[in-house]
Amino acid sequence: MSRDGWEAVIGLEIHVQLQTRTKMFCRCANRYGDPPNTNVCQVCLAHPGVLPVPNRAAVHQAIRVGMALGCTIPSWSQFHRKNYFYPDNPKAYQISQYDSPLCGEGVFHVPAPGGAFEVRLERAHIEEDAAKMIHAGGAGGRLTGSASSVVDFNRAGTPLLEIVTRPDLHSGEDARRFLNLLRATIVAIGASDADMEKGSLRCDANVSVRRVGDTALGTKTELKNMNSFRYLERGINAEIERQIGVLEAGDRVRQATMHYDVATGTVHVLRSKEEANDYRYFPEPDLVPLEPDAALLDELRAALAELPAARIERFVGQYGLPEPIAEALGTGSELARWFEELARLVGDGRLAANWTLGDFSAHLNAAGVVPAESPVTPARMAGLVRLVESGAVGTAAAKQVFAGLVDDPDASAEAIVEARGLGQIGDEAALAAVVDEVVAGNPAQVAQFRAGKVQLLGFFTGQVMRQTGGRAEPKTVQRLLRERLDGS
Amino acid sequence: MATFSTLGLTAERAAALLDARELSCEELAAAYLERIAADDPALHAFLHVDPERTLEAARRHDASGRSGFAGVPIALKDLFCTRGVPTTAGSRILEGYRPVHDGDVVERCQDAGLVSLGKTNMDEFAMGSSTEHSAYGPTRNPWDPETVPGGSSGGSAAAVAAGLAPWSLGTDTGGSIRQPAAFTGTVGLKPTYGAVSRYGVVAFASSLDQVGPFALTVRDVAALYAIVAADDPRDTTNVGPAEAVVRPEGEDLRGLRLAVPRDQLTVGVDAGVLERFEEAVALAVSLGAEVGECTLPHASHGLAAYYLIAPAEASANLARYDGVRYGPRTDGPDVQAMYEATRHDGFGPEVKRRIMIGAYALSAGYYDAYYGQAQRVRTLIRRDFDVAFADYDALLLPTTPTPAFRFGAKLDDPLAMYANDVFTLPANLAGLPGLSIPMGTSDGLPVGLQIVGPAFSENRLFAVGHALERAIGFDPVPPRLQGVTS
Ligand SMILES: [Zn+2]
Repeated sequence: MSRDGWEAVIGLEIHVQLQTRTKMFCRCANRYGDPPNTNVCQVCLAHPGVLPVPNRAAVHQAIRVGMALGCTIPSWSQFHRKNYFYPDNPKAYQISQYDSPLCGEGVFHVPAPGGAFEVRLERAHIEEDAAKMIHAGGAGGRLTGSASSVVDFNRAGTPLLEIVTRPDLHSGEDARRFLNLLRATIVAIGASDADMEKGSLRCDANVSVRRVGDTALGTKTELKNMNSFRYLERGINAEIERQIGVLEAGDRVRQATMHYDVATGTVHVLRSKEEANDYRYFPEPDLVPLEPDAALLDELRAALAELPAARIERFVGQYGLPEPIAEALGTGSELARWFEELARLVGDGRLAANWTLGDFSAHLNAAGVVPAESPVTPARMAGLVRLVESGAVGTAAAKQVFAGLVDDPDASAEAIVEARGLGQIGDEAALAAVVDEVVAGNPAQVAQFRAGKVQLLGFFTGQVMRQTGGRAEPKTVQRLLRERLDGS
Repeated sequence: MATFSTLGLTAERAAALLDARELSCEELAAAYLERIAADDPALHAFLHVDPERTLEAARRHDASGRSGFAGVPIALKDLFCTRGVPTTAGSRILEGYRPVHDGDVVERCQDAGLVSLGKTNMDEFAMGSSTEHSAYGPTRNPWDPETVPGGSSGGSAAAVAAGLAPWSLGTDTGGSIRQPAAFTGTVGLKPTYGAVSRYGVVAFASSLDQVGPFALTVRDVAALYAIVAADDPRDTTNVGPAEAVVRPEGEDLRGLRLAVPRDQLTVGVDAGVLERFEEAVALAVSLGAEVGECTLPHASHGLAAYYLIAPAEASANLARYDGVRYGPRTDGPDVQAMYEATRHDGFGPEVKRRIMIGAYALSAGYYDAYYGQAQRVRTLIRRDFDVAFADYDALLLPTTPTPAFRFGAKLDDPLAMYANDVFTLPANLAGLPGLSIPMGTSDGLPVGLQIVGPAFSENRLFAVGHALERAIGFDPVPPRLQGVTS
């Protein structure tokens, strides 16, 4: 994107809260919304003498995500301690991974309307989340300067997966598209609900710009606090623009942590110079290395469902759908499943795609439900599609039938058409009477039509539709109108 | 009730007295508590004793019927977490702290019916070789109150030597069981790394710490090891013993190939210690062992490697004592000041020294030269042992270069204090088991013989130790306590 002559280079660091029953290294519940400090024990409160025991389910989830993102899974990986003092970090070290992550390099394939692109992944590793702090008094909701702070350790020690990409993205839109598909992939395999607004998916972006053709990377800044896909895209684009502005003004970009202000749509410096943190990483001596064997990897790989990227490509091939349609249908597993069932029932992928992305998606958005929660099952929907295709129900009436499917979960499309009299009127005699009435009632328009203003045919059609409650069969109406208006 | 003294009383003998109903569990516990009440004010082996709690536990065993070692008392180093019972690790920073959980070995002792007499003194966070670094004052050596009992498990060793407990548990990170065992004329085992769970042991250096027993005999040490060694899923570095523990019976060493790493004995070894050692080696030969020589070419770097690895791990392990969640807090104007004041007031000088060394060894730009290099040395030392064990079943070494030293002798010279561990810490670096048994005295103070074997060869160490113990015939009761009855 962006101005001529400049190229943006973007890498993302993504934190995903893994969905597990218990925390990463103890047996406390990994659950949100409970009263503060109720899901805690001696391990996650870092009492003396406690030891971490890795959560096998979390490790498996992480490996599955790594596989789904195309990462290699090394046969040997280990935990490191990352040392720093902060009240949200009970051991004063975070158990993380350093030079031997659970998931190694990979390539993630992103279908896109303008042609698919690839994003290389550097790594994905497991670590534990920090506790949650609330600061009272003072400025800016930060620890420094606050009158007092309280800590809720319910989140302390819950499993996180950190995914790091190579700097392969070049625009806010690319980043959003990549993250959206990554999110859908993680959701599809059930590793996390990956909800940016809830914080179960967090994303920081490293952004730099350079002249097109340059091979060296420019100075990068780290962009934080983007809690939705929209803000991620806008924040990155704003930072790209800012950096280009700085460089075009002859200045240089300074390494910094930036904050995107959603209210003003601008970025500003959060920390002007990265504090030289020395985390004194060293191998976690309380844990033995992780050595996933081939049998486990085979088992986890076999259990992976079809992933969104592959599904989108399949939709293009199997149903002959254009890429943007396939992307809209194939990204989310539930909608994809609903669509495929409808396509099977009506025997026409394009037709099913239209209905899925049309009335059905509008209904999901309006009702705020997911496909499985909707009363409109693919089978009931197929009933309506068949009525429309056979001409028994017109497009206008179809909207009312669809509304009936939503309102009355027990009724079939046929029953709704019957009960509400929404069947199409194809009977020529009945329609002729209405047409005659309309022609007789609008002499001025008839005169104009006959004088050459043929576009008035739409006006007459509309009048007939109005009088029949939208049920008139349009082709017959138009033929009858032409007969009346052209003749005599 | 039979007249008896806890002095020199083994756990095996105590259990036999209970089996024969010559004593009740309560009477046995009461005898030890009396001895503690009489002698511990001078000795200071214990940091915490709760007589009522102890007697109540003993009475339960009397009431419920008992078997094995049930009803036999035990003393626990104050490094083991005991639910509801003060656990200080010898530090001010845990003053008043009562754990919400029991350590794995504490649970296993309870399951075996052992009755806790209390928590024993130690160098703060197990950092030291004399108990002089305890925040609560030093423990004295029952053999000579002017000398140290060794450390860091000095309280556990002194309690057993002085008849305040028949046996006890300690921990050994660089010699903290074997060295005080040697100084107090007791038997001490540092098991193979991974044989005993570290869950509920206040951590000093995670990759080196191991729990082990003190007792008056090798057979008792084997019995207590059998109680505590197990696979505990709460410690992922722990696998438990590789085979069932065998309490030794045999009195000869036929068919065993032992080696003396002569290259280790060239400098700084006390003449009396060397004399006793050569006698022990000669005894081993007379018992039928084939005794050869080997070398440990990299062991001379062990001290330096150890004093980087252990402080590095400790610097992280002790970072949690920040005054936020438990333990004493010294307030300050902001959280950073609170951290600093709390840790300034809570830690003693030796702990601070090691935290600083450790943090430095791990810091950016120094990691490779210090921590990384130390780990490479560790690998080389492990290989030295592998080479030796290709030809020999076990190695013989003095446990320490000298007998117990006097209070204050090394307090101002950390390097001299650290050098006391020179023969013990290679086994920690290599994760190997080491057994120390008394091999006589030098200038009236006990000295120890160390037997080091391959990983999980504890049964072999017990067999060798038992045969030599019988042949040496050491009397574990300190002469100055002999004739004293309770
Ligand atoms: Zn917990």
